[in-house]
Amino acid sequence: MALYSEKVMDHFRNPRNVGVIEDADGVGEVGNARCGDIMKFYIKVENDIITDIKFETFGCGSAIASASMATELIKGQPVERALELTNRAVVEALDGLPAHKIHCSVLAEEVIKAALKDYYDKHGIAYDPALFAETHDCEHCDV
Amino acid sequence: MDYIYADNAATTAVSETALNAMLPFFRGNYGNPSSLHSVGQRANEALIAARETVAKVLNADAKEIIFTSGGSEADNQAIVTAADIGAKKGKKHIVSTAFEHHAVLHTLRKLEKQGYEVTLLDVHENGIVTPEEVAAAIREDTCLVTVMFANNEIGTVQPIKEIGAVCREKKVLFHTDAVQAAGHLHIDVKDMNVDMLSISGHKFHGPKGVGALYARRGILLSSIIEGGAQERGKRAGTENLPAIVGMAAALEEAAAHLDENAAKERRVRDQLIEGLSEIEHCVLNGDRERRLPGNVNFCFEGIEGESILLLLDDKGIAASSGSACTSGSLEPSHVLLAIGRPHEIAHGSLRLSIDETATEEQAAYIIEAVKDTVALLRSMSPVWRDLKSGKQQFITK
Repeated sequence: MALYSEKVMDHFRNPRNVGVIEDADGVGEVGNARCGDIMKFYIKVENDIITDIKFETFGCGSAIASASMATELIKGQPVERALELTNRAVVEALDGLPAHKIHCSVLAEEVIKAALKDYYDKHGIAYDPALFAETHDCEHCDV
Repeated sequence: MDYIYADNAATTAVSETALNAMLPFFRGNYGNPSSLHSVGQRANEALIAARETVAKVLNADAKEIIFTSGGSEADNQAIVTAADIGAKKGKKHIVSTAFEHHAVLHTLRKLEKQGYEVTLLDVHENGIVTPEEVAAAIREDTCLVTVMFANNEIGTVQPIKEIGAVCREKKVLFHTDAVQAAGHLHIDVKDMNVDMLSISGHKFHGPKGVGALYARRGILLSSIIEGGAQERGKRAGTENLPAIVGMAAALEEAAAHLDENAAKERRVRDQLIEGLSEIEHCVLNGDRERRLPGNVNFCFEGIEGESILLLLDDKGIAASSGSACTSGSLEPSHVLLAIGRPHEIAHGSLRLSIDETATEEQAAYIIEAVKDTVALLRSMSPVWRDLKSGKQQFITK
């Protein structure tokens, strides 16, 4: 299909790190079912390193691929680095997304932040709230 | 298994008959029907014959048929015509339904901006509007009722003859968008009390880019394309003769085999509906019985439609969906919303539209492929997990 790059289709057909971590150190969920996409990430953190990550996604091909790619990009990375991951990096790693699918990569960026914020909160780690100030929360969506 | 094309409501393959009918008009008989010389007149004869063919299938008179660029143009012209006629009498109210094709809805929206008032009738959970509701919606200032013959997404067939009778009685013009019905259901404009009717060539194995509008004798059509005197001055532009001839041939062929094709399709359709109904937490969209012989439409809870389509395409099946991601907008299908499906499950819809070549073997393959696809996507869906764990309530049974 010409709609998506080979990379997107590969991550859609063979998503990496699908699943759930029962004893996760942080869990994040963004999006909503009304809009048609939800991402949920589960992370394990040891010594400030994201040692394991799993995701679940309700959404279109690019939502699944964006989530899959995002897990690959931050697995094994220090928490600080993961926080710096932008949606643009996800898009680039996927060899691009159609314009109307960019919001999928935004969800991927946000779900990482949501999971890390949950990790900080659960473990009583102090952080700068400005890091998590903006959640996009379906800004494109008028429902 | 060869690739299975189950998206015939989107478009169909041009039939052998239609193609062969068209070919002479590209090179050998390429004249302009408006030309006086013999080359032009030969082309004109074909145009006349095609008009007669289309008229005959609809039980209309050839003078009541004009050729257009497709169903959308025919819908636009019919509605604008009725609006213009209404305006002369100070009647600026139109009755339609919430799940019409956008060619109708967007034309109505444009008229609203010009001061017309539009009532969109509810189509209920079964996707069918009743003649009583149409009657109740008609006012003194109603100039048009436009109700589609069969819905393009969920396939439900409307009580056209009865609605037509209501309109006749109340002396209101009645238009029906029969784009999905022509070639698939019996149409008789006289018996069905229809004043205007739109069809589109490529929905019944004719070519794309051509359609026709039937307008009952006595209805003065407003032209929406100005120019030459083609189509009795009601639709300017040199006729797309190869396409017109192809459409007429396809329609004639479809009409000749209508009952046997419908019976074949119905068998496979019912097999698909039965098989897919076995999937837990799904719902059939549209009335179980009063639907097009080739239409199947389900919502599957907890998953999204575009993903379903991509995975089915990988398995060699072409289908479509009413999810926001596939509609190219942010909203799921207005048809599914109109029959009361919440956004959450409207995103997870799948339409299979088969033609007469579909087999039971293909249906069995499709059922297994859809079951596998739904199960796979649900296995990675946080929504499905929440539904299964009881954190959220299922909408479907």
